[in-house]
Amino acid sequence: MAIVLIDGQEIEIGDDERLNGIQVAARAGVEVPHYCWHPGLSVVASCRMCLVETGKRDADSGEISMLPKLVPGCQTPARDGTVFVTDSEKVRQARAMVEEDLLIRHPVDCPICDKAGECHLQDYHFEHGRPERRADIKPFHSRRRELGETVTLFVDRCVMCTRCVRFTREVSGDAELMVVHRGAHEEIDVFPGFPLENKLSGNVVDLCPVGALGDLDFLYSQRVWFMKQHASVCAGCSTGCSIQVEENQDRIHRLKPRENPHVNQWWMCDEGRYGWKYVHDNARCLAPQQKTEGAWQPLDWSDAPAVLHAALSGENCSPENSPPKNSNPKKRRLAAVLSPFLTVEEAYLLATYIRQYDENAVLALGRIPQAGADESFPNGFTIRAEKCPNRRGVEMLLSALTGDVLSWESFLEQAAETPFDAVWITGGYPPVNGNDGAGEDVASEEEKSLATELPAGLASSTLIVQDLFDSALWRQADIQLPSAAFVERSGSFVNAGNRLQSFEWAIRPPAGVMTEGQLYWRLLDRDGLYNARRVLEDVAREHIAFAAASGEIPATGRDLLLNQLV
Amino acid sequence: MQATDPDIQWVEPPKLGLGERMYLPLFLQGLTTTTKHLVSAKVTVSYPDQEPEIDNPLIYRGVHRLNRDEQGRVKCVACFLCATACPAHCIDILGVESPWEDREKYPESFTIDELRCIFCGMCEQACPVDAIELTSLYNLTGRSREEMIFDKEKLLSVYDATKDKEPMKSAQLPPVTTPSTATPSTATSTSPTEGGA
Repeated sequence: MAIVLIDGQEIEIGDDERLNGIQVAARAGVEVPHYCWHPGLSVVASCRMCLVETGKRDADSGEISMLPKLVPGCQTPARDGTVFVTDSEKVRQARAMVEEDLLIRHPVDCPICDKAGECHLQDYHFEHGRPERRADIKPFHSRRRELGETVTLFVDRCVMCTRCVRFTREVSGDAELMVVHRGAHEEIDVFPGFPLENKLSGNVVDLCPVGALGDLDFLYSQRVWFMKQHASVCAGCSTGCSIQVEENQDRIHRLKPRENPHVNQWWMCDEGRYGWKYVHDNARCLAPQQKTEGAWQPLDWSDAPAVLHAALSGENCSPENSPPKNSNPKKRRLAAVLSPFLTVEEAYLLATYIRQYDENAVLALGRIPQAGADESFPNGFTIRAEKCPNRRGVEMLLSALTGDVLSWESFLEQAAETPFDAVWITGGYPPVNGNDGAGEDVASEEEKSLATELPAGLASSTLIVQDLFDSALWRQADIQLPSAAFVERSGSFVNAGNRLQSFEWAIRPPAGVMTEGQLYWRLLDRDGLYNARRVLEDVAREHIAFAAASGEIPATGRDLLLNQLV
Repeated sequence: MQATDPDIQWVEPPKLGLGERMYLPLFLQGLTTTTKHLVSAKVTVSYPDQEPEIDNPLIYRGVHRLNRDEQGRVKCVACFLCATACPAHCIDILGVESPWEDREKYPESFTIDELRCIFCGMCEQACPVDAIELTSLYNLTGRSREEMIFDKEKLLSVYDATKDKEPMKSAQLPPVTTPSTATPSTATSTSPTEGGA
């Protein structure tokens, strides 16, 4: 057990922990300001903002001997007996000098800078800088150039921390960014003809401690202090990156990665980062409807329980829907397709609801959207080909409930053999953008056919379809229920690594939409509002596969295979 | 909130002295004020026949205007500081990239709901580029609510109408002699009071 002294405070660190001065100070609750150091990148110690006094305490005599000069905290390993002083006059002066130096060349165009409000330069200047400028320099207009499709560079705002350069070299591995010129003329740039266009490029904007790198998608869309942050999970692929949804008045403005050492570390891919646009798409289905005598009638949410009860139980059913051969009208054959976009809680509630009507109801896993192959980056970050967030969760729930996982294809075969009386199909799939340009064609043949024609075998059943966007299934349904997008749901996703992450809704669904959780909660006659936490407690208690999900789920999620023999 | 809440501070009414209990001295005090106003010069005017005189238009808080820069473009840089400072949430800005070389961002639309506005002047104080100012126009009327929502063109036209009578306040500030401060917002935050002095 190593003991490190931070400003006189003794901090214990583990023997196998390799921490630097900044990290140890953070454990003591002391913030050491830094620009260039980032836990996910290599150490360059170039910004000099984290300069601290350091020394060593002799193990036997307890005598402390300090180094005469300041050293960068990011580059100084903490060992047993290491002493850090972060609040001495010498350190304060060094920080003020660094701040002053950075501001000599800074445009100070904070009013129009997108980073203002979350800018390290602003924060540190406020906390550690001089109260006034000694040089008579006026704010000026920053030069700007585009680095790629998604990222723009405000050249003069840069403090040359080179985090972005190291990111493209160490994490994304494409090394598009570099430093050109020397000394005070240093600039970030790309080589002509080789723009920044890797699949993780958006991360350099998050990494930038100042406003030098701007996200063209987010640029000027909202001042950061107007937005509220909600911890969430990306639904773009089965990696399930921990993200932060930033919204203002139920409108998303950007997604940012949230640190999670078990899933995505500090990063997320551009696909997920910019993949939320469909949430605010005007084409979204917004009104529940039911088909009565061939014509669409608007369905009120308050009537939905009764209508769904009638559709599932067969009571008051119109003659063309009730099968004539079925002698016992009570014994109906039902099925539910649980989409991999449903949360574990929602899937569980729907399965419970369907099984109230038919305890042998067939439960199937929804279609799994696939695109390309898994893509891994040098540091281990993976973009999965499976473009859905909760395949594992629904699979584990299905095998717990039915002992088997029925795929969408086998479900269709089964439906074609013996048609079901009523089928409840859940969706929540982002829109298929397969028919624009051959080069950008990512949708599989199956997705395209599903968008146009109804799968055989479902035509004779009473169809209850819950989806985000219009499709052949949606049009053929007898009851249409609009679905909620991932940022509007509460619940848990289980990613490809069997890690369960819980999240709360970030924005309210558009008018007319009831989230799946709330609807199922109401259908099951539970009191009050949908409470994902309570449902997950039930799931964890009833099913051994989810045993690890009991109790409070940490922000980084919990491994469901923990303590399980597999 | 319960009566035992520690946040509640219970205050006793002050004890009345002999003079206060006699009531007469206070009565006379009040009557003196009344008499003083009876004989002093009148300050009321019979508006709208007669227009009131505004002492110092620079510190008067009337209808807003959006100033123009030397090239006649809107001076605003769409930083949203006025909208942030506004306690009535009456300012709505749409900031986009500017079409000009020397400017980064500008307001594509800038609307102030004059009916919502409480004319506190916080927007003027918050503005880092002296783009939004309150004029001395006080007789603000309209036939509909929509008419009272001023858009960018209307706010600029207020500037055109008042710029000769009320020049931009930043132009009247004494030249800066002390070293300029690090952030532009602090450098200009004192302009309304100094301009009025």
